[in-house]
Amino acid sequence: MHRYRFVLYRPLQLIPVLFGISVITFVLVRSIPGDPARVLLGPRSTPDAIARIRAQFGLDEPLWVQYLYFLKNLFHGEMGKSILYKIDVLKVLTTRIEPTLVLVFGAVLIALLLAVPLAALSARYKGRLADHLVRLFSTAGLGFPPFWLGIMLIILFSVVLDVLPTSGYGRDFGDKLHHMILPCLTMALPLAAVLTRNLRAAMLAELASDQVVAVRARGLPETIVFWRHVLPNSLVPAINLLAVNIGWLIGGSVVIESVFAVPGMGQLLVRGIFTRDYMVVQGVAMVFACASVLINFLADILTVAVDPRVRL
Amino acid sequence: MLLVRSSHARFGWRLRLLGGNAALTIGALIVLGWLVVALTAPLIAPYDPIFQDATARLQSPGWLHPFGTDNFGRDVFARVLWGARIDLQISFLGVIFPFMIGASVGAIAGYFGGVVDMLLMRIIDIVLAFPFLVLMLAIIAILGPGLSSFYIAMALVGWISYARLVRSQVLVLKHADFAVAARSLGFGHMRIMGRHLLPNAILGSVVFSMSDAVLVLLNGAAISYLGLGVQPPVAEWGIMVAEGQGFITTAWWITAFPGIAIVSLAMGFSFLADGLGEWLGVRE
Repeated sequence: MHRYRFVLYRPLQLIPVLFGISVITFVLVRSIPGDPARVLLGPRSTPDAIARIRAQFGLDEPLWVQYLYFLKNLFHGEMGKSILYKIDVLKVLTTRIEPTLVLVFGAVLIALLLAVPLAALSARYKGRLADHLVRLFSTAGLGFPPFWLGIMLIILFSVVLDVLPTSGYGRDFGDKLHHMILPCLTMALPLAAVLTRNLRAAMLAELASDQVVAVRARGLPETIVFWRHVLPNSLVPAINLLAVNIGWLIGGSVVIESVFAVPGMGQLLVRGIFTRDYMVVQGVAMVFACASVLINFLADILTVAVDPRVRL
Repeated sequence: MLLVRSSHARFGWRLRLLGGNAALTIGALIVLGWLVVALTAPLIAPYDPIFQDATARLQSPGWLHPFGTDNFGRDVFARVLWGARIDLQISFLGVIFPFMIGASVGAIAGYFGGVVDMLLMRIIDIVLAFPFLVLMLAIIAILGPGLSSFYIAMALVGWISYARLVRSQVLVLKHADFAVAARSLGFGHMRIMGRHLLPNAILGSVVFSMSDAVLVLLNGAAISYLGLGVQPPVAEWGIMVAEGQGFITTAWWITAFPGIAIVSLAMGFSFLADGLGEWLGVRE
């Protein structure tokens, strides 16, 4: 179990980063011009409410004391009250997590289901027509603006074919899945492009490796060579690629939730910007940053778990 | 891995310009094409991009309006041509500010090392923890929507990649023979950094800046699409897509053409990045 020792000390490395995230979000909201209490409460604030906010955030104290108040509130699970929703931002956020999670995981799943066969096809027939077509897809996929791709898919699947809903989020499980197919597909296509390029390179390297030559020499059929030897080894770098791109995925979810009116955290962020609901903006930014840090941490553990050669 | 060349080798490259590199030629042609369109838009656009013709609303593409008209009767073709001015500006300024800041910071950190370097790396770790677009949106939330907010946010967030690239190069190059020679000749830090290290360290960043232009263009258009960048009635591709979204059942052309324009410019930049990388012998 020696190689898992980092699981114990790696979280310690997260502490300065999480600390930094809290400093940046704190500084961001405090750089809004004007009286913070009035800004945070919105234009229709009462003197009574302003006094309460001043006390809660210690706004009459020096800045570093205000930061400590901010941390204290954070540890009590309070991110500040949303102007629009009149409740604590953390409570607003919890109702918004599910659609965003479904969107991101659905997109990753679809992207993998697209990328693995495409990369395998491309690596198997390297230099042939199939390879060129797949490589064209992996180059072009990145150049498509997701918001436009989403609208084009709506035109195709909702307007012309009329098989999928244009926007929104369903009530029960099946309805939700039905609503999320298009948003997930929109996000999955550029991701599949990146993954395909990466997987193809990994598979080509794997196909040329000594172990594959050895397996072939033993007379095993190509399907077993692929499924048992080439694919598992090529997926390790793909896990890391997904983790590195999680920030890009989260950013994409913000745009795609706006295109499809999905009531997730991204849509909350955009609406928060328009309504000057700064506490919401701060809360969403903080949660997204922590999520991406955490996912990278989990990817590190997963990499070690699946590949004994890796030591951190 | 970057292929390192001495600073004077740069001048030899001009001779082989565009020779035998399809990606570079195609990319350069697309980007130059859009540049010409942007510069000559007032001359070649058949209509005023913000002129509203109440008698010609939602007309499908035809002889009078090659890309059709939108719900205000504005000519979509003219708006796409005029949009090139804004979207090229977004790609250019959105890359150049982060490039300059990042290259300077990276060079200083890599060259001097020590506390400056350590501090910088910690800041980079923290900024990298934030999803790029989320941090940009948070900054735009503070500054208020608009194109200038977009540029400021871009500069504040985008310099990271350039700083990391240049820093890693300078770390290697500062021990190279020519750098040691320059130091032993008694040149000052600024001269060694500016004249000897940076020209060599920056190649990778130049190639990266082309693929970065793709991301900047897509992000800029996305922010305008969300209504937080360019404001109406200005013709910009992202905002045109947003304005057409309400009419997709009846008038697909309002959203389709500006989107195709974005895709073509983005492809131009990525071909340019691939071709430039091959041409300069730089691999990311």
